[in-house]
Amino acid sequence: MKTKSLKEKIITWSRVKSPWILHFNSGGCNGCDIEVVDALTPRYDLERFGIQLKPTPRHADVMVVSGPVTRQQIKRIKRIYDQMAEPKFVVAVGACACSGGVFDGCYCVAPGGLDKVVPVSAYIPGCPVRPEAVIDGVVKLLGSLQK
Amino acid sequence: MSKISIPLGPQHPGLKEPINFGLVLEGEQIDKATVNLGYNHRGVEKAAEERTYIQDIYLIERVCGICSHSHVTCYITCVEEIAKAEIPERAKAIRVLVGELERIHSHLLWLGIAAYEIGFDTLFMYVWRDREHVLDCLELVGGNRVHYSINTLGGVRRDITPEIKAELLKRIDILEARTKYYTTLATEETTVLARTQNVGVLPKDLGIRLGACGPTARASGIARDVRKDEPYLIYDKLDFKLITADTCDVFGRVVVRVLETVESCRIIRQVLNYLPEGPISIKVPWKIPEGEAVNRYEAPRGEDIHYVKGNGTDKPERVKVRAPTLANYHAVPHMLEGGWLADVPLVIAAIDPCMSCSDRALVTDRAAARSAVWSWEEMRRNGIEFYKRRGVDFSKVTLK
Ligand code: SF4
Repeated sequence: MKTKSLKEKIITWSRVKSPWILHFNSGGCNGCDIEVVDALTPRYDLERFGIQLKPTPRHADVMVVSGPVTRQQIKRIKRIYDQMAEPKFVVAVGACACSGGVFDGCYCVAPGGLDKVVPVSAYIPGCPVRPEAVIDGVVKLLGSLQK
Repeated sequence: MSKISIPLGPQHPGLKEPINFGLVLEGEQIDKATVNLGYNHRGVEKAAEERTYIQDIYLIERVCGICSHSHVTCYITCVEEIAKAEIPERAKAIRVLVGELERIHSHLLWLGIAAYEIGFDTLFMYVWRDREHVLDCLELVGGNRVHYSINTLGGVRRDITPEIKAELLKRIDILEARTKYYTTLATEETTVLARTQNVGVLPKDLGIRLGACGPTARASGIARDVRKDEPYLIYDKLDFKLITADTCDVFGRVVVRVLETVESCRIIRQVLNYLPEGPISIKVPWKIPEGEAVNRYEAPRGEDIHYVKGNGTDKPERVKVRAPTLANYHAVPHMLEGGWLADVPLVIAAIDPCMSCSDRALVTDRAAARSAVWSWEEMRRNGIEFYKRRGVDFSKVTLK
């Protein structure tokens, strides 16, 4: 029993210390994308929390989605979500991903934001999000993992 | 050797935005390449017709997060032309100032991405660190890092105070020094040279025939720049060079962009010293008279064209956006064919594609007709439903 809980502890610890993220643009305007990349570059440096950008969904723990979900992307985002290994988290970045933002109501956009398409764990508002907000959101998400 | 075809995108580590390329490979070499667009289509033009001119400023700004000022300036100039409003000289100067800051931000961003595609991550991090200076400048001027919304109908929203001017001049000096360093780095560093020279070649005559624009065209020796060809705002009063390169490859595109960044620093200094006194905006009535206007603007990626038609109400009848990337897409298959698979992300990145700008219409590709692509019928059905909800019934109309 004791060893198991230690094992679990180690798993949680390693999960919290090195979440790998996958960035997916579901049809946004780019503004959020560049701010997410900005958060990873020297001034904000998200990597100091062990966060790394990963190119493939199979390696990623967290999917960072920016932009409203366009009709073309609904199917693809679901597929990518399914490809990720458990446990997986989705972070909605920007007003668009949270609620549709300025594009809510456009004929080619899934109404109501990202959470209508895949389950979302954290919402980071802003149009575009500031890198500070990205850091704040990610740290809060990691904190909730620790319980 | 048998040929294999592979899809690239819409979600691909080498691409930051959703787009799909169909590549036919013969070994490691590319035999044929096709572009499939539409993953980022949101329906901005249609949405613009339902919003007022003022609301459209914020919508059009969000066509693209990198060249947001370009799109809005182009659009708002059309509206002001229809309304016959002559904006104050100071507002024009501020628009140019923000436009050039945006060019620096966009070109540096591109240089970082290109370095990343090369696999030169150190340069990527360096460039993005220095890019923070220009984002700070934009925040200072417009109040936000990416969507600065400096434009409003009849002028600009915020003024340049002497303190802002002093700060801008200081930052521009830093940026210019850094960019000059990158110029030497990009033109002398052997890894960069090895990865960029003779890659993604677009000969001059082909570039002209395919209608390439912006730095992509200028790197093929085509001296095409709206700022010179048809000066808008205050560009006729400014002294700057039109940068071209004649190597026609990715290397040329790197050189053109870094040198253009240096030119932009010069322009900003001139604008700040020129800045005429006076108001920053005039009042324009909310109802815009009937009329239409087309405008061209040199965005960081090339020539941006907007068309606006007014119908006497406070909402436009039609807004059409032709983003520069769309003009450059035609050149991409030619650049890719005959090249190596490993160079694909770099060649694509070299035109500095902006998917969100260019996905104006869904592509109906008969040969590759899958459910992912909207067929004409689906589009028509959707259009009919859309208007039905608004009380107009088009279902009786038959198409020839
Ligand atoms: S939230 Fe704003 S900045 Fe982000 S993708 Fe949407 S429109 Fe662009």
